[in-house]
Amino acid sequence: MRKDNFFSWAFLLYYDGFRSMTLGKTLWLIIFIKLFIMFFVLKLFFFPNFLSQHAAEGEEDEFVASELIERQAP
Amino acid sequence: MQNILLNIDTATIDWSRAQFALTAIYHWLFVPLTLGLAVIMGIAETCYYRTKKRFWKEVAKFWQKLFGVNFAMGVATGIILEFEFGTNWSNYSWFVGDIFGAPLAIEGILAFFMESTFVAVMYFGWKKVSPGFHLASTWLTGLGATISAWWILVANAWMQYPVGCEFNPDTMRHEMVDFFAVAFSPFAVGKFCHTVISAWIIGAVFVVAVSSWYLMKKREQKLAVESIKIASIVGLIASLGAAFTGHISGQQVAKVQPMKLAAMEALYNGGTEQGLTAVAWVNPFRQPDYANEQAAPLKIDMPYALSIMATNDPKGYVPGINDLLNGYTLPDGTSEPSVEEKMERGRLAIQTLADYRKAKAEGASKEELSPLLATLSANMPYFGYGYIRDRSEVVPYVPVNFWAFRIMVGAGCLFILFFAVLVITSFRIPYVTIITRRLLASLGLIHESHADTVGADALPVWHYWLAIALVPLSYIASESGWLVAEFGRQPWTIQDMLPTWAAVSDLNSGSVAITFFLFLILFTTMLAVEINILLKQIKKGPSA
Repeated sequence: MRKDNFFSWAFLLYYDGFRSMTLGKTLWLIIFIKLFIMFFVLKLFFFPNFLSQHAAEGEEDEFVASELIERQAP
Repeated sequence: MQNILLNIDTATIDWSRAQFALTAIYHWLFVPLTLGLAVIMGIAETCYYRTKKRFWKEVAKFWQKLFGVNFAMGVATGIILEFEFGTNWSNYSWFVGDIFGAPLAIEGILAFFMESTFVAVMYFGWKKVSPGFHLASTWLTGLGATISAWWILVANAWMQYPVGCEFNPDTMRHEMVDFFAVAFSPFAVGKFCHTVISAWIIGAVFVVAVSSWYLMKKREQKLAVESIKIASIVGLIASLGAAFTGHISGQQVAKVQPMKLAAMEALYNGGTEQGLTAVAWVNPFRQPDYANEQAAPLKIDMPYALSIMATNDPKGYVPGINDLLNGYTLPDGTSEPSVEEKMERGRLAIQTLADYRKAKAEGASKEELSPLLATLSANMPYFGYGYIRDRSEVVPYVPVNFWAFRIMVGAGCLFILFFAVLVITSFRIPYVTIITRRLLASLGLIHESHADTVGADALPVWHYWLAIALVPLSYIASESGWLVAEFGRQPWTIQDMLPTWAAVSDLNSGSVAITFFLFLILFTTMLAVEINILLKQIKKGPSA
């Protein structure tokens, strides 16, 4: 691969870097586990978008308006 | 937590607040060490670049390794806060998302990419790029993290001092009309400087603590002594800087969040020539009876200092909780309406909004809608007060504000003293160093044989244990600062605009409670893993 090409250089930077990692491999594993839990467990099952579940697309303003108006103090 | 009688399950409000507080507190365990270590590792590598000595390369790589552990554990912990906005705080997200979301988006697109690009060069590029480019990458990694902090703090500052926006009753959204007012609001600038500089204290304390452990074990002594020199200077500058920027922040709070200042000071009844409370008896477990008590008992204050801090005038007027509730007019004509007046105008704003939307839906003309829009616009600054049912609801929980502020300031003063002594004893400053060491020896704080010696390796063992003990204190102080900022803002999610019970989604409280405990388990596990990995790497040392 031509090393004077910027993209080749960048590829080798990451390729060689990841290959020679020791502690880094453990840290990356932790990062992937963390991201998997966040996006494929927490976000999917526990953090749905509340507005899109309760208001049709384009009618969010009506939903929020009724929420905010109804909650005013008597 | 206040008991709010509403249609919304009060447990939902409290669990949602607790969940957000928990995730924010955990997130802030990782961030300041990233910001602080970035400065230390940058300085260490700069020493390598200038001296070309292999020793400094090892020092830089060691602190970069610990930076990497903390960075990896902390990365993306803030994303969960954004999940919570969309689920638990849906009214808030829609109402102010156009403004609040912009800084968060910029943070993700600009700063994080900058950080992640240059961190790869920093770790992988020692043999692939020139020393100058590598040094620049190290500093740019830290700069990227700092720019990330800027945009997040712009978003938080906007919650405290909402500027640069106008409310659109058709879309039910606040729309940004002045980006620069939001991005560079004086509140944002002050908050950024204070928060980032205080993070440097944590980095400095951490480096001193690790180095102290090495000195106690009589290993890596040169690395420890030289790292303490760097960290002591960074720590001293940061401690002094945090005090100065904290003063600036205090002045801004006095202007735009006077109730927060009154809660921080447990100032029930204000006036001119107000003293700054050093300590008072404020029961940590219940809201004080500010309506009937003149002042907090056993109060010891610094005369005039609060007036000077708030107004730059020893005779300046500082309102207390009751003054802000009852309203006041000053001799110069400055006036503050009573909370009841604000509540009335807030109700008018909400009712006018309802009337406007109903009239528009029924096909009213522009001329018919115009007076409604004018009334809404005139009363919009008090919109949030339309949700207040009792005046006590606008008073933050005083004990948390009062004691958290004192913990933060007390620790800050201790850090100034600690780092000043460390600088004096680590560097050969003509006259000062030897005089100070002889004074410390005469007080029995260091051994006589070390009185004429310079260097952190000649300090007594108790000093090293103190340095290690300051690590948790530095985190407690930093988190206390956030408690003041966020508890002092209550009940508002956006100051004066939307209280928590209007902003929260109508969710089942049980589901919020479940995710609270899920986060508690997840974050505690991550923290335990990080501490485990950090301790292992510290034990291995720089040659590993």
